[in-house]
Amino acid sequence: MGAVAHDAHGHHDSHAHHDDHGHHEENFVSKYIFSQDHKMISKQFLMTAIFMGFLAMLLSILFRIQLAWPGESSNFLSFFLGETWAPGGILKEDMYLGLVTIHGTIMVFFLLTGGLSGTFSNLLIPLQLGARDMASGFLNMLSYWFFFLSTIIMLVSLFVESGPAMAGWTVYPPLSALPQAVSGSGTGMTLWLVSMSIFIVSSLLGSLNYIVTVLNLRTKGMSMTKMPLTIWAFFITAVLGVLSFPVLLSAALLLLMDRLAGTSFYLSDIIVGGEMLTNHGGSPILYQHLFWFLGHPEVYIVLLPALGLSSEIISTNSRKPIFGYRAMIGSMLAIGFLSFIVWAHHMFITGMNPFLGSVFVFTTLLIAIPSAVKVFNYLTTLWKGSIVYTPAMLFAIGLVSTFITGGVTGIILADAALDIAVHDTMFVVAHFHVVMGLSAVFGMFAGVYHWFPKMYGRVMNNRLGYIHFWLTIISGYGVFFPMHFVGISGAPRRYYDYSVYGEFDTDAFNVIMDLNVIITIFAIIGSFAQLLFLFNFFYSIFRGPKAPQNPWNGTTLEWTTPVEHIHGNWPGELPTVHRWPYDYSKPGSDVDFIPQTTPMAEGEEEH
Amino acid sequence: MGTKLIILLVIVLGAIAIAQLARVYELSNKLLDRKEHEISNRDNIINARLMLLFGILFFVGVIYLFVHYGWAGRGDAATPHGRELDWLMNINLIIITAIFFLTNGLLFYFGYKHVKKPGVKALYYPHNNKLELLWTVVPAIVLAVIIILGLRSWNSITGDADKEAIRLELFSKQFDWTARYAGLDNQLGNFDYKLTTDKNELALLTTNTIDSAIFVMQSGPSGIDSLEAKLNNRKLVMVPEDREKMETDLSRKTRLIRLLHQMKARHNAKLDAAAWDDIIQKDTLYLCTNKEYEMNFRSKDVIHSAHFPYFRAQMNTVPGLTTRFKFTPDVTTKQMRDRMGDPKFNYVLLCNKICGGSHYKMKMIVVVLGEKEYKKWYEAKQLATFKNSFFGAPVTETVTPAAASDTLAVMADTLTLVKK
Repeated sequence: MGAVAHDAHGHHDSHAHHDDHGHHEENFVSKYIFSQDHKMISKQFLMTAIFMGFLAMLLSILFRIQLAWPGESSNFLSFFLGETWAPGGILKEDMYLGLVTIHGTIMVFFLLTGGLSGTFSNLLIPLQLGARDMASGFLNMLSYWFFFLSTIIMLVSLFVESGPAMAGWTVYPPLSALPQAVSGSGTGMTLWLVSMSIFIVSSLLGSLNYIVTVLNLRTKGMSMTKMPLTIWAFFITAVLGVLSFPVLLSAALLLLMDRLAGTSFYLSDIIVGGEMLTNHGGSPILYQHLFWFLGHPEVYIVLLPALGLSSEIISTNSRKPIFGYRAMIGSMLAIGFLSFIVWAHHMFITGMNPFLGSVFVFTTLLIAIPSAVKVFNYLTTLWKGSIVYTPAMLFAIGLVSTFITGGVTGIILADAALDIAVHDTMFVVAHFHVVMGLSAVFGMFAGVYHWFPKMYGRVMNNRLGYIHFWLTIISGYGVFFPMHFVGISGAPRRYYDYSVYGEFDTDAFNVIMDLNVIITIFAIIGSFAQLLFLFNFFYSIFRGPKAPQNPWNGTTLEWTTPVEHIHGNWPGELPTVHRWPYDYSKPGSDVDFIPQTTPMAEGEEEH
Repeated sequence: MGTKLIILLVIVLGAIAIAQLARVYELSNKLLDRKEHEISNRDNIINARLMLLFGILFFVGVIYLFVHYGWAGRGDAATPHGRELDWLMNINLIIITAIFFLTNGLLFYFGYKHVKKPGVKALYYPHNNKLELLWTVVPAIVLAVIIILGLRSWNSITGDADKEAIRLELFSKQFDWTARYAGLDNQLGNFDYKLTTDKNELALLTTNTIDSAIFVMQSGPSGIDSLEAKLNNRKLVMVPEDREKMETDLSRKTRLIRLLHQMKARHNAKLDAAAWDDIIQKDTLYLCTNKEYEMNFRSKDVIHSAHFPYFRAQMNTVPGLTTRFKFTPDVTTKQMRDRMGDPKFNYVLLCNKICGGSHYKMKMIVVVLGEKEYKKWYEAKQLATFKNSFFGAPVTETVTPAAASDTLAVMADTLTLVKK
């Protein structure tokens, strides 16, 4: 009932908007800053995310220099960190941890959660569903501005005298709860928690909006099973976010209380910096349970949108329907469901009951099944296709490759027995950077190249795109493939200086130090490649060649809107949907794509 | 400063150069009427070939890394369960590498093979239930095998240690490890963090340590008495912040001392003996080959993780909680050195959970001795009991067994005196 009522209201509302459209002039502030238009908000998310992404990449280069050439003075370090944090060009131990922590936080939350889902959910949900805008433009605007506020607070924390948070991006207490334990657990950590809390508010506002829009504002004929896979991915992502982010909020609030109000949720029997604390009865493991209850779904919050984008791009550029549309939806739903019952695989060796561990081994490895289905479906989609290599397509294929490569190493980590030897080593770092970092970033790049014409009405340069892709995949694998072997050697993560191995183990020392240099060199090449993207992106916004309405010959609704952005998306009636979004190269048709708005021909069969 | 300026200048000039190049490109596009969104045949083919080339180079690189670095840094496991895990790891690596080569191979090959050829239409192939069933069932079977093998090892590794197993405690704090041997009774004495004093770093629980902790807390240099005296001293001028700090310190200590008094009232002196004979060992951990150890882990401040790479053993140490892990080292340090041809090699206990700035330096050398050498070392240690160190009794490491038993008798006397 409620849904129907809302739907009717939404339609009425959108017509009103449409009628308005010619009359009211928007001023600069309402158009570019406090905009309630989903397309503008999407661009705001993208810009913020690109800025944060480059910042986090710079941070990673800073600590990679330390790892490859420990103890050697570097002008690059002293240029960015100054005498306080890199006296004489040598990184300080505490700041190393600060860099690692903020790099992880920004990448996971600000680039890959806020940036990826924020940009493309906002852009594509209304456009691909045939809606005038999000269900609530105002909440959508708030979602961005909370996101913006949280990024500002996170940036401010970098400049605090005692340093930013230094407890790793997972901020496990007691390390994160006790300023005596590490300098970053002072003001820096408080700001981190405040920033994350605001980020969660932003994410919840966004997600609720996405869910409501997908459920209520689909245009005529757009049944759930006619939705593009992108929308399915965003929808499932939003549901995961709504169910799991509040748990992180509670974890963060309890931690704030332990820090500021003297409670003992996570603290028990501690003496730190010579001070005997009275806290008793809390459990640091409780925090880990709460954190990973978000933390694991978070991996899929990051990954699913990327998989959704790549499904769309691979199908379009193979000129073939995505293979196993329903299986793709089913496997995303299965991944989404399973992601809630696997969190403790991050905790096999925390002292958690081993039996509990076995249960989580079982559920975790189950996720490999829907993931495998997705991979084989991608492969079959490419098979006998007619592949057009746009830069977006290259990145989408790159995503499938990293999804496989990072996915299979997950099997090792999910196996509790094997996890004993590689837990918290660089193997883990390699694994999640390939499967989550590279895949999601590739998905994001693919999305930017593919939907750039929809965002800015222009096309990005292909040549630069090609070079960008090839350098990125080469350096991406160049960084993270060797890292697995550093991890298999037993090298712990978050070590400031691996040359300590020289004191007791020459073999491991040689492997680790050799590979660390290779990794850093690839990382530097990779970051230069990103400058190409940066240039291409901003250059094309202003001077790229103008895009036609449907540059990639796609079937979905966003390509039926005019190139120039208008409030309400479609100038006239909303389009009506007659078919699924993947009628590429359908036999009996003259062109190799049939838009969703084309009615079924007589005698034509559905897929 | 000069170099920085030059760098900045180079960057600016570089940006201008790129902008100029872009303009040239733009103009040439306009002249040739090239459309950016229409991918030329040439571009398609170049990228298709690059797909194949990248695939091949990638595989060659992966194989090279496996051959060159795959097992080099890991070394042989020095425990039976470690060898079992290595076997399991290799099985898993074979499975996943096969999947990796198969699927990535197909991906890059299809990327090469099925590039757009003018005039050739793509195959309309939306689904095939049989195929989809195939790649649901086959991974499920493979995973079932992996799960069964993995859980079998996991259950045996995490099961309870033997009753005979040697009890040993590893105590972690920022940024070092301390070991505690259980002594002759193979029973680790109890502990409570509130008992921590300079003389009792591991906070072991005995009648005397309670008394001593109460004494330090009440009358020590920054004990309750001294704090109260300072706070009540009107002549002493203090910054308000300092005073506030002192006041919270006082209230904290008042609370703790109340708990200590309660502890004292409830304490069962019979348990003292288990703690008194414990032996505390810093810097190097000595283990005996072919003996099962039950490691008990504790932390004083934040979470650490006890990571023995060569024993394939790891367990977090959590403040407020005792965690356990059992293993049986069966390759002595000497044997391992011979095997590796590295006379400097040592087993090591690392910290593998971020714990602060010096995290990377937090380690303890581990020496696995043959049974005879271990016995010798252990006997020499007999006098270094917690009791001796607590009461400041002279500890000579090279005593004859006869002398040792004499001293033990003396110690027994002191013990009875203390009890009275």
